[in-house]
Amino acid sequence: MRTIQFREAIAEAMSEEMRLDPNIFLCGEEVAEYNGAYKASKGMLDEFGPKRVLDTPISELGFSGISIGAAMNGLRPIVEFMTFNFSLVAIDQIINNAAKMKQMSGGQFNIPIVFRGPTASAGQLGATHSQAFESWFANTPGLKVVIPSNPYDAKGLLKSAIRDNDPVIFMESEQMYGDKMEVPEEEYLIPIGKADVKRVGTDVTIVSFGKIIKVAYEAADILAEEGISCEIIDLRTVRPIDYDTVIESVKKTNRLVMLEEAWPLGNISTEITYMVQKRAFDYLDAPIIRVCSADTPMAYAPTLVEEYLPNAQRLIEAIKSVSYAK
Amino acid sequence: MSVKKITGEVYLKWYEDMLFWRKFEDKAAALYIQQKIRGFLHLYNGQEAILAGSLLAMNPGDKMITAYRNHVQPIGMGVDPRRVMAELMGKDTGTSHGKGGSMHIFSKEHHFYGGHGIVGGQIPLGAGLAFADKYLENPNVTLTYMGDGAVRQGAFHETLNLAAMWQLPVVFIIENNGYAMGTSVERSANHGDIWKLGLGYNIPCGPVEGMNPVNVYKGVQEAVDRARSGGGPSLLEIKTYRYKGHSMSDAQHYRTKDEVAEYQKIDPITQVKDVILKKKYASSAELEEIDARVKVKVNECVEFGEESPFPDASSLYKHIYDQENYPFIKE
Repeated sequence: MRTIQFREAIAEAMSEEMRLDPNIFLCGEEVAEYNGAYKASKGMLDEFGPKRVLDTPISELGFSGISIGAAMNGLRPIVEFMTFNFSLVAIDQIINNAAKMKQMSGGQFNIPIVFRGPTASAGQLGATHSQAFESWFANTPGLKVVIPSNPYDAKGLLKSAIRDNDPVIFMESEQMYGDKMEVPEEEYLIPIGKADVKRVGTDVTIVSFGKIIKVAYEAADILAEEGISCEIIDLRTVRPIDYDTVIESVKKTNRLVMLEEAWPLGNISTEITYMVQKRAFDYLDAPIIRVCSADTPMAYAPTLVEEYLPNAQRLIEAIKSVSYAK
Repeated sequence: MSVKKITGEVYLKWYEDMLFWRKFEDKAAALYIQQKIRGFLHLYNGQEAILAGSLLAMNPGDKMITAYRNHVQPIGMGVDPRRVMAELMGKDTGTSHGKGGSMHIFSKEHHFYGGHGIVGGQIPLGAGLAFADKYLENPNVTLTYMGDGAVRQGAFHETLNLAAMWQLPVVFIIENNGYAMGTSVERSANHGDIWKLGLGYNIPCGPVEGMNPVNVYKGVQEAVDRARSGGGPSLLEIKTYRYKGHSMSDAQHYRTKDEVAEYQKIDPITQVKDVILKKKYASSAELEEIDARVKVKVNECVEFGEESPFPDASSLYKHIYDQENYPFIKE
C-alpha cells in the first residue's frame, strides 16, 4: 500500500469530497495561492479554482461568520484556521451562530460546516500559539469535535466531518502534518463518535487523543519490557465521547490513566473520570490519574516547555502509580 | 434604477402594515407587563418606515437578516404574525417552537434569517447568505440590518472588507436610532456620520432619512439594484428613532421626553396617514376601518398565543443536531 503524509491525507479528503459535491468550498488564510500554511491544501486551487478555494485576509471572525451564513443558504463550507489559537477571535460565530442556529430556529437551519486546523503546542511558540482547545469546543452542545492522531484516521474522519450535517470542529497538529502512514487509495470513511483501541492490553487503560497519544505509545513500549501491558484508547472524537469503549476497557484492566495536552481544569480527562466513576466505580482498583499540561500558560524557554508538557516519563510514573508498581 | 411608483395602494398597505406592527409591539409590551412574555423584549416602535420602505424594494427570494429588534420584520416578510406572537410567549406553535424567544425569530420559508442576539454577530451571516447566492448564481440580494451600536464591532469591519473584496450582493443597513442601549452615537466614536465608515472600504454609502418610507424605499432600491446587477455591497445609514426603551427595563435617563416628542411629530404612520388623506387615497372613515381590522388581527395573535401549549419538556433535545440519535450526556 502507498504511504502518504498527514497533510496529504487532509488534502485528499477535502479534494475527494469537493469532487463529489459542488457546494463544498474551502476558505482561510493562505489556503489557495500559498497551497496552505502547512501545505494541507496543496494543489487544490489548481484543481478547483478560486471560486471554491478562497484566500481570505486575516479576518477569522469575518470569514467564519460568512461561511456560517453560506451554510444557512445551501453551501457546505470548510474553514481552515491556520491554528485554532486564531479561532478565538471567531469563537462568537462558532459558539453563538454555528452551534446554536438549529435550536434557535426550531430546527429550520442546519449548519453543515467544518472548521479545521491545528490545535495545541508545536514547539517553542510561546503562550498564545500553544493552546489545546478541544475541551473548550467540546463543552458546547450543537458542535461535534474530532481530533485524529494519524493520517489514516484523519482522512476517514475528515471525509465524515465534511458529509456531516452538523458543525464539526476538526483538530490537527503542526507536528503531525509530516507524519507518514499507509493510507489506501480506495475510499473509506471513519464514523464520528467512535473511539479506537490503538493497542490491546491487559493491565492499565490509557485514554488519549490527538498527537499527544504518541507519548502513550512511547511509555507503553518501555513498560512492556517491564511486564506492564497497556491498552491504549484513542477517543478520536471528544464530542460526542465514546464512553462505552472506555468503560469496557476499564472493566477489564481496572486501572485508568488519562493523557491529554489541555490544561487540567474541566478538560476531557475530567469528564472521562466522572463517567468512569459513575459507571464503573466498583471496577476501579486505583484512583484515576490524569497526565496533562501544567496549569499555566505555556512559556518559551525549553526547560519550561519540558516542565509544562506531558511526557513519557510522567506517564510511566502515573501508570506505575495506578498499578502499585515500583 | 427600477423605481416603483408610490401609488395610493402602496400608501394604504404601508399604513395598515405599519399600524399593525406598532400595535403588535404595543400588545407585546402589555403582555410583558402581564408576564406572559418573559426575558428580553426589544420593540420597533418608531422605526417602522425602514421596514416598510425596504420591503417595497425587495424581490421574491431576497433575504433579510437583523439583530434582536426583530418581531415585525418576519411579519413583513410574510410570516403568520400569530406564530411570531406565540414565539414571544414561548409556545410550541411559535416560529421556533418556543426555543428561540423574542430575539430569535426565523423563517426559512419566508427568507427571514433571524433574529440574532449578539450585537453585530448577524453581519457576517448576512454577507454569507449573499456569498451563497452569488456562488449558486441565484439573482437574490440580502438585506443585512444592524443598529448604530453594531458598527463599533469588529464583525462589522471585517465583513465590510470581505463583502467589498468579494463583491457580494448584500446591502448593509444601519438603523441609527441614536442610541446603543443608553450610549448615544456621539459617545461611541469620534465622528457622527456612520455612513462614512463605508468610504474606507470603497463601498457605495450614504445617509437616508428614515422616518418616511418613501425616502427609505428610494435609498434601499438603489442599493438593491446595484447589488443585483453585480455592483457589490452598499452601506446605508438610515436615521430613525425608537420611542420605547432599549428593552423593557430601561428608565431612559439618557434622553428627554421632549426629544421623543420631537420625533413623534414626524412619526412614519402619521406621515403616511397625512398623505392618504391629503391625496384622498382613502377617507377618514376608511382608515378607521383599517384601524379596527388591525385591532382584531392583533387580538387574534394574542388569542392564538394564549391558547397554544408550551413545548413539551421532551422536546428539549430536539433540534440540537441533525443527527437523529446523537448521544446526549444525561448523567
